[in-house]
Parts: sequence; structure tokens; C-alpha cells
Amino acid sequence: MTKELRDKTCIVGVGNTQYGSFPETDSYGLGAEALRKALDDAGLSIRDIDGVIVNRIPSYERFAEMVGLGHQRFSLQLQAAGRMSGVSVMMAAAALHTGQADCIALVYGNNGRSVREYYGGGDGAWGPWGFTSPGARHAMMARRHMELYGTTSEQLGHIGKTIRDHAALNPDAVMRKPYTIEEHQASRYICEPLHLLDYCLINDGGVALIMTRADRAKDLKKTPVYVSGFARNDTYAMSSFYTPVDDLWYEGLQDIAARVYPAAGISRDEVDGLMIYDNFTPTVLFSLEGMGFCPRGEGGPFVAEGHLGLGQRWPTNTSGGHLSESYMQGWALIVEAVRQVRRECGSRQITNCNVVQYIAATPVSASILFRR
Amino acid sequence: MDYKKPIPALDNWNRPFWAAAREGALKMQGCKSCGHLFYPPGPVCPCCFSDVLEWRTLSGRGTVESWVVFHQAYYKGFSDELPYNVAMVRLEEGAYLFTNLVGIPNDKIRRGLPVEVIFEKATEEITIPKFRPAEPAEA
Repeated sequence: MTKELRDKTCIVGVGNTQYGSFPETDSYGLGAEALRKALDDAGLSIRDIDGVIVNRIPSYERFAEMVGLGHQRFSLQLQAAGRMSGVSVMMAAAALHTGQADCIALVYGNNGRSVREYYGGGDGAWGPWGFTSPGARHAMMARRHMELYGTTSEQLGHIGKTIRDHAALNPDAVMRKPYTIEEHQASRYICEPLHLLDYCLINDGGVALIMTRADRAKDLKKTPVYVSGFARNDTYAMSSFYTPVDDLWYEGLQDIAARVYPAAGISRDEVDGLMIYDNFTPTVLFSLEGMGFCPRGEGGPFVAEGHLGLGQRWPTNTSGGHLSESYMQGWALIVEAVRQVRRECGSRQITNCNVVQYIAATPVSASILFRR
Repeated sequence: MDYKKPIPALDNWNRPFWAAAREGALKMQGCKSCGHLFYPPGPVCPCCFSDVLEWRTLSGRGTVESWVVFHQAYYKGFSDELPYNVAMVRLEEGAYLFTNLVGIPNDKIRRGLPVEVIFEKATEEITIPKFRPAEPAEA
């Protein structure tokens, strides 16, 4: 991102449904509910929306028809993958800044739990060897990290435990009961070296954001949250192996770290909290190393020292994240970033929170700095 | 025909790989312009974009780069073998493969373990390349 986009657009409304099992509705219904809440939060009506970005809901066309969006100036549907949540915010910021729309609704709906979405199996290229599932891909990366640097499963457990401790403070989180490292270790293996508690939670839910330009945001109901800066790095080498094996996304994230802070005009020292895409615990480790929060290979001891907890230097995933709140593919983490910066988070509020950084280490890696 | 594991889907690019496996050879595409060896197969070299490619017969030797052990069955054909391993093998010519290691207990697998290819016949058409330790694993 060039500096031209710095602080030019804002998130002015956020909304989310409950997360759980809701077979009585579907991703369209969940998206509509989240959108209503986000509009209420912003003090806007659906008539104010002139652009829409739809994610995971099967048809943007049907969704827009269903909620009665009239003549839109901008609409876009992105692949139903978690990497696209941050990308959606970036696309909206660019579209708003260039005058393609004035007020964009970003809507995500996921009924993966009700339809028993199964992440694995099918006719993938590695099926003949039984290799399948996102969890296995991350297990393969985690094992390599362990072999190279001596990282342990207990250290990964610290990530899950800390995020669960945060979920205990979030009434919307699906899993709120704290656990110990011993309980993490005792949870069954799904794909070794990853245990059940290293995996995120598949649920039904909807999330929506309302974005507009900064000049229009000031008059709205809530404190505007600025999209201060962002950067992405799309790493496709080794995609067939799902793992950039030589670097565990390190190079791509280093590139982002070099660009995202200057883009926002914010230094890392000014960041108060982190929202890290935690589909699996090792992803948090790779994100911290790649973004330079700790030296390469030292993520294990770093997380075990407790830096990610509330009240510590880098409070991370204060909502409970994908691991304990719900797997909303980055969308709910962005909502939490907004609420933290607005200081609406009650007992899980980061003190004097001004800046929150979103980080997603995926084949399309991204980071966004949000500030008040 | 009682082979229950997934059978690879053959296409225009990977057919020579599977034809070679059936004959007991491990072959991959190499680029005649820049020399890059790569997998999975494709119409052009991902290193230099050349379309002048050849199929090369590899030594079948490599080392374990990483591995996992599945404790959950995603494929019915693998459910009897739980927990089963999948290893990422770095071939001595430089390319990678996901594969299964045979002839070694899962808890003896280590990064850097030297391995060599073997071929397991699945069906009349399909033979699956797997790997075994190239020297006795430590007891």
C-alpha cells in the first residue's frame, strides 16, 4: 500500500451473530443478521450502502437481491477462504478512496457447522498417500519448526491456553472454559504433532463491517476506526505442498513487516494488541516470527514466556480467536480489533488501546494496522 | 479389485509420472532451459517459464524434510492403518514429494532420515511410490 491510502478510510460499523449451530438459517440469513447489526452499530440504513463485498455466502447476487440492495456502484465476491477477510478490507479501502463507492458493506456468512463442512478427504492430489486437510498442512509445518528449532507441543499449548483464557472473558466465545498445558497435551492427536486443542472451531456465524471514507466517518455514531495502513504478500511457490517449506512464510511476512508500518506511519512499538489468524496454533508462531515480534526460531520460548496474554506486552486474540471464539476466517478478529480500538471490550479491554494489528500468515499473507 | 485408498486422477500433465511408477521408476519433469526439476507436473517450468521440458529418471533417494502422523481417518481406505505417517521427502535432485514411509515405526522418523523409493502396486494401472529408510533406522 502506498502512503496515499493512509488513514483515508474507516470501519464505522461492526456486527456479528452468535456463533454455534443454527440449522434453522443459512449463510445468507447469518450474513443478513450481521449486516443489520453492523448498520445499527454505524447508525446507518441499508439505503446508505452503495457497495458490497460478499464472502463465503455462495452468491453475492442473491445476497444483494435478498437484502434489497438497490443500484450498487461496486460489488465483489472473494474466494471463500480466510485469507480473503483482510484482503476484503483492503479492496474496500482502495475502492472507497478512489471514489468507486461511498459506503461499502462487507458481509460474511458461514454455516459450516450445520452443513457438516469437513475439512479433509475428497480427491486432492495427495489423496493416494492419505495426505489431506488444512490441519495436516500446518502439522507438517509445525513438525519442521520443531525439528529445526526445538519447538515443543507444550509451547504451542501456551498459545492455545492464552487465547482460551481470553475467550473466558468473551460472552460470544463458543469455548470459554480455561485449560491447562497438561490438558492441552492430553487432548487427542488429530494430525500429530497437532492435538485437538491446536485446531480452531468450526461453527455457524455471520460477521459484517461497514466502511466509508474518513471525511464521512466523523459524523457517524461510533468512534471511527481508521484503516491506517496495510500490506500483503502472496506466496504461491510450493502451493501444491501447502507449505512454503523453506521458510514457513517467513520471507513474505518479513516483506509485509517492512512495508506495513511505514504505510501507516506507525511503529511497531506503538501497537497495543494483535489479532493473529489462528486457524491452528503454529500459525501464530509463524506470524510472530515473520513479523519480527521475536527472532526467527524463537517463537516457542517467546509464547511460553506469556507475552500474548492480556496485561502483557502483546495481548493477542482477546476475543478468543478462531481457536476458542469461533472460526470466522479472520472476520471476527477484525471486529475484535475495531472493538478494542473503540475500547468497548469490557473485562478483556486492552488498556489505553490505540492501535491493533491484524496479521494473517496464509498463501495470501496480509497485515492491517487499525487505529483510533 | 479391493484397493480402497484414493486413486490418483490422471491428467495430461501427470500421466507420465504414473506411467513411470507403474514401470518401477521415479520420474519428474526437468527444464531443458534452466535445469529446474519440479513436481507436480505442468506445461511450463515454474522457475523460468520455459516450455522446453523433459522427463528425467531420478535416483529415488532423498531425505525426510518433515512428517506428520494421521490419527483421524479422512479416507475410508486409510482407516485400518491409523495412525499412519505422511512424510515430505526432499529428493537428492532437489524436488519434494509427499509420500508414506514404510519399514519404520512412526516414532522413529526424524528429519534428515535418508530414504529410498519403493513401488507398491495398487491396481493394474496404478502403482504408488513410497519410501523406506535407506539404511537401518536407529533402534
